Amino acid sequence: MLQYAVLAPFLTALFVPFFFRYIRAIHTGWLILPIPFGVFAYFLSQITTIAEGQNHDSLVQWVPSLGMNFSFYLDGLSLLFSLLISGIGTLVVLYSIFYLNKNEKLHNFYVFLFIFMGAMLGVVLSDNVYALYLFWELTSLSSFLLIGYWYERQASRYGALKSMIITVLGGLAMLGGLILLTIVTETTSIREMIAASDVVLESPYFTGILVLILLGAFTKSAQFPFHIWLPDAMEAPTPVSAFLHSATMVKAGIYLTARLFLLFGGTDIFFVLVTGFGLLTLCWGSYMAVRQTDLKAILAFSTISQLGMIMTMLGFGTKAAVFAAVFHIFNHATFKGSLFMVAGIVDHETGTRDIRKLGGLMTLMPISATLAFFGAFSMAGVPLPIFNGFLSKEMFFQTSLDLDTTSPLVASIAPFVPVLAVLGSIFTFVYSMYFFFHTFTGKTRGELKMKPHEAPIGMLISPVVLVIFVVVIGLLPNLINGAILTPATAAIFGEIPNKHIVFWHGFKLPLYMSLIVVALGVILYLTRAKWQAVYEWIPGVLSANKAYDSIYNMKFRIAGKTTRTYMTGSIRHYVLYILIFIVGAVGATLFVTDGFVIETADLAPISWPEIVVGLVMAVAAFATIVMKNRIAAILVLGVVGYGLSLLFVFFRAPDLALTQLIVETVTVALFLLCFYHLPKLDTEKTTPGAKTVNIIISGSVGVLVTLIAIASHSSKSFETIAHYFIKESHHLGGGNNVVNVILVDMRGLDTLFEITVLGIAALGIYAMIRLRDKEEID
Amino acid sequence: MRSNDIILKTTSTIIVFVILAFSVNLFFAGHNAPGGGFIGGLMAASAFILLYITFGLKTMKKVLRVNFRYFIAAGLLIAFATGVGSFIFGQPFLSHTFGHFHLPLLGDTELATAVMFDIGVYLTVIGVTMTIILTIAEDRG
Repeated sequence: MLQYAVLAPFLTALFVPFFFRYIRAIHTGWLILPIPFGVFAYFLSQITTIAEGQNHDSLVQWVPSLGMNFSFYLDGLSLLFSLLISGIGTLVVLYSIFYLNKNEKLHNFYVFLFIFMGAMLGVVLSDNVYALYLFWELTSLSSFLLIGYWYERQASRYGALKSMIITVLGGLAMLGGLILLTIVTETTSIREMIAASDVVLESPYFTGILVLILLGAFTKSAQFPFHIWLPDAMEAPTPVSAFLHSATMVKAGIYLTARLFLLFGGTDIFFVLVTGFGLLTLCWGSYMAVRQTDLKAILAFSTISQLGMIMTMLGFGTKAAVFAAVFHIFNHATFKGSLFMVAGIVDHETGTRDIRKLGGLMTLMPISATLAFFGAFSMAGVPLPIFNGFLSKEMFFQTSLDLDTTSPLVASIAPFVPVLAVLGSIFTFVYSMYFFFHTFTGKTRGELKMKPHEAPIGMLISPVVLVIFVVVIGLLPNLINGAILTPATAAIFGEIPNKHIVFWHGFKLPLYMSLIVVALGVILYLTRAKWQAVYEWIPGVLSANKAYDSIYNMKFRIAGKTTRTYMTGSIRHYVLYILIFIVGAVGATLFVTDGFVIETADLAPISWPEIVVGLVMAVAAFATIVMKNRIAAILVLGVVGYGLSLLFVFFRAPDLALTQLIVETVTVALFLLCFYHLPKLDTEKTTPGAKTVNIIISGSVGVLVTLIAIASHSSKSFETIAHYFIKESHHLGGGNNVVNVILVDMRGLDTLFEITVLGIAALGIYAMIRLRDKEEID
Repeated sequence: MRSNDIILKTTSTIIVFVILAFSVNLFFAGHNAPGGGFIGGLMAASAFILLYITFGLKTMKKVLRVNFRYFIAAGLLIAFATGVGSFIFGQPFLSHTFGHFHLPLLGDTELATAVMFDIGVYLTVIGVTMTIILTIAEDRG
């Protein structure tokens, strides 16, 4: 059954274009809305069985010989994410029906969206690491397509490319980590890997595996310094931002970290990396969010910051912290989804998202304002029981105080953690207030493109549903505790937590921390104008975006420069590279393997005609190099050829001698014919330096080939097969000319293709000369 | 133009036949003595080239109405067909055999299928050499 839940969105994506093409009267979104809802209903029906501790699997074989299968597995953690994906997916589809009108490229939109939904379900349900990776990259790909949905805009294309590059970078690193993990544990199943946790911990690759996999998780979940793609991804349509970039895809990294928590959790390096980067992201994201002027950019940095907070809690590694992380995953999905939808409504009804132009919308858009109020105050963690964000934030503070300090490293870091947590939360409070009050209260600033009014009812349904969750969970947090949160925590941590969420802790430290946050937050918000200048110093001119852009551009510059330096277009240079490589590689091999030997035992005697011919050939060969006249050079080269034919005579090879004689004649004649038309040989214009290089290279190639020839002659490892040919030539081939029998009979295939080569050469020459473009010559 | 080459023309007409005969001899001797399709083909081509040099392209075009490009195709086809022919007898590609036969005029003669393959080589080499040289010679580019 599970595989059909994953398959359903993909299948729907297949049919969307037909719906869009043939059923124009109804908005395509309506036609496919039942699919995510059906999937959601299916997962809802599994809640009770999962809560009872029963897990589901299903297996679809893919490449069993490599251990790659679509094996799906549903436990508490997968269920939480599946419910978020299908639930918010349903709401987003509903919202998008009112957000995008029928003139948009809806077929593209819903195909991409449903591919994404299926891929995301695949990520959270896969038990096989390779299937997980497959779906992981599918989410990157579909996210890329969705961000670039309005591809006519330059900013969309930039954002899409940026997110693609960064997430795929992390995805590939993660693949490396998963492969290492497979090698170490000898299984591709995540459950079996977790069972073999001690093998992984003792493996020498442990650090490598952890860092590579965390790199994947950090890039996907927009952790510092990879957070830069998320604000640029806001070029996507708002339903996409709400779905992908707040509730689901950015939590894939969180999911992965949580899923492999049992494998890595509790080690110092895991704590340092996850908590460290999480806290950094939390503070930096909330700090930067205050600076933004675009509603969606504020929310993007807010998402970054909240993801950092969840990461931090996973890094803590205590049971309570994991529970708090799970709780906040759920809460964040509800309030951030609704806030994005509100931002979309504001954009849709006023024509701008620039917060500097907005204001005083409360009376014009009372419902949206109410929704934004709940979302923003929950995000800020305002200490009132109607906001679920406050509860999870309170748990965050509590767990930051209760770190497991048995390890000296953790103990040395632990005192700073609550301070940083409070610091990040203060800025969270500031930007949440900024988001709400600056948009909805005060007076309208500047001219708006259209007259703002309340959004259509259909557009409001989805955020209303999400806000109901914010309030209901804020009031009755234990409603989802036993059904969803406890099984999820059990799946991550391996033990069933005995946790009861209470609003009122009594006057304890976490509450004071919350009050500090509120007090300082209010002061900072009211004096905002006075300290805004701080952004001129931090980050000032430095920013991760600039670093990304300069690396991106530098890559092209360096690659271009490198290519231009060696791809000169001069064949002389390319030959030089080839020869240098041959001399280097072969020479080094000869030297390293001690391959050079001289064996003088079975050398044949040399007669004086051979010496004379050899000397003449050597002199002629040298003469061709220094010859100034082209024709003379050809003729002197002919001397070498005829000398060779003489040598063949001496070495008793009559066939070769005959062939060589005729071929040499034909070649020389052809050379003369061609070179007759060429201009006089120019004196070479190479510098003395280049000439020296040429001499050295050609000299070393000559020496190398000579050495190889001597060495190979001196080391006869096995008997020659020539004896067989000589013995059997008459008997088997019916001829006494062994050379000819070999050519036409024993090795006839070689000859067949050699004459084919000749034929092709002749036709090539014919084609080149006869069929050339006459105009080109003129 | 070529007014005074009577000696060349006279000698060439005789020599061409000597060369052609030598070429055929080289070809048939190939199996037992130095020679074979390749050398024979080159030799025959050189006889034709001598004719072209002596009488010029225009005259030769009228006298020798052959397209040497077809030689290439014919040669390759024969060589390939020899190879395929061994399939008829259930043998691997390019298997050769030979036997001694009593022929009316020649008496006891050894016939080998390898010779058929060599004919292919012979024709291809003639075709290739002549195509290359005539193409270049006729070029007015």
